Amino acid sequence: MRHLMSPLDLSVAELDELLDLASDIEKNPQKYAHACAGKKLATCFYEPSTRTRLSFEAAMLNLGGSVLGFASADSSSAAKGESVSDTIRVISCYADICAMRHPKEGAPLVAAQKSGIPVINAGDGGHQHPTQTLTDLLTIRSLKGRLDHMTIGLCGDLKFGRTVHSLINALIRYPGISFVLISPEELRIPDYIREDVLIKNHIPFREVERLEDAMPELDILYMTRVQRERFFNEEDYIRLKDFYILTRQKLNLAKEDLHVLHPLPRVNEISVEVDDDPRAAYFKQAQYGVYVRMALILTLLEWRD
Amino acid sequence: MLNISGIREGFVLDHIQAGMSLSIYHDLKLDQLDCTVAIIKNAKSNKMGKKDIIKVECPIDALDLDILGFIDHNITVNIIKGDKIVEKKVLHLPKKVVNVIRCRNPRCITSIEQELDHIFLLTDETVETYRCKYCEEMYQRN
Repeated sequence: MRHLMSPLDLSVAELDELLDLASDIEKNPQKYAHACAGKKLATCFYEPSTRTRLSFEAAMLNLGGSVLGFASADSSSAAKGESVSDTIRVISCYADICAMRHPKEGAPLVAAQKSGIPVINAGDGGHQHPTQTLTDLLTIRSLKGRLDHMTIGLCGDLKFGRTVHSLINALIRYPGISFVLISPEELRIPDYIREDVLIKNHIPFREVERLEDAMPELDILYMTRVQRERFFNEEDYIRLKDFYILTRQKLNLAKEDLHVLHPLPRVNEISVEVDDDPRAAYFKQAQYGVYVRMALILTLLEWRD
Repeated sequence: MLNISGIREGFVLDHIQAGMSLSIYHDLKLDQLDCTVAIIKNAKSNKMGKKDIIKVECPIDALDLDILGFIDHNITVNIIKGDKIVEKKVLHLPKKVVNVIRCRNPRCITSIEQELDHIFLLTDETVETYRCKYCEEMYQRN
């Protein structure tokens, strides 16, 4: 039995297989419409989430399975003081697979150690969010036809943004990848990513502050939101929250085949006027999130064609 | 000159960084052993200037070498049998340490689930990096 705690739990070959399955699901949804008939997904969400939880639920329903679970710690027995280890042992009796989000880092790993069913980390604090990374990879591969030989621009909060860190770790396994890291001084990539990941693996990258300077060379632009909850000081948040706003004017500097991604929700960092541009891929990305979660559920349930 | 008699069977931990012997005494749980323990602080050392030494009169299998390797793998472990040094153990950085150090990350699951073991894994041997198994927070040696 396998679990998914981090995107790096999958080798490149396993990842390619998973993305191939997701692409086949996109092309032939009917073929998979009953693949999980009689199976149940438990969504154990100890903190609120709209996108991720509904995406998991949609994925299981699309596979003909059913869904049970809770959407906040208050509505679970965690409110009575039950441990994650005990909860997952009980859930294992009710469901065939579990997607868990928890504000505490490492909680899904604790669950996986005691679980009788596969556990998917659906986000644990600021630590890992592997299905977002899988979504990003599927989106890039589907839109560009490859995951190698590309220049990726990562823009916004590169310091606290876990999706950015995971994506860098996942992409450096492919040849010919280079990064342009676009952020204000205060939100630059942490040292452990710059030194232990990029420099150590000889990955070409440069750090810039102006989005306009990077636009012309990018194949992918990954925008992120500056998250209020990461700041101790409201003043700093207000100063930095609108540091980057992608407008149609800035997009005019980009290549015709650029794709703009965003893990969503966005606030002001992408102007709504950009939504109609064919290069805006962030809503398609949400759709790819369902396909990749379908593929992941099938893979962990060891479904065979 | 302070004299402490030799031991017949047991072990001598030599080349302990001066001042660290008491914390090693506790980390190795020597306080829980019913045997003779001598702690020598600030002994003269040609190599280190000054050093601490711990002598324990009990079988070597009572000692957790992994913990000792984690604390300081430069410590020399002499095993004594019949009043003589019969072996010098080389310490290594252990791959895993359990319940020796605690994760200090307030966002880690170990901060709320009291029954969980605090487990740290050796993630980079060259720079002696240990990370919490659950949240991957790096352990900072003081």
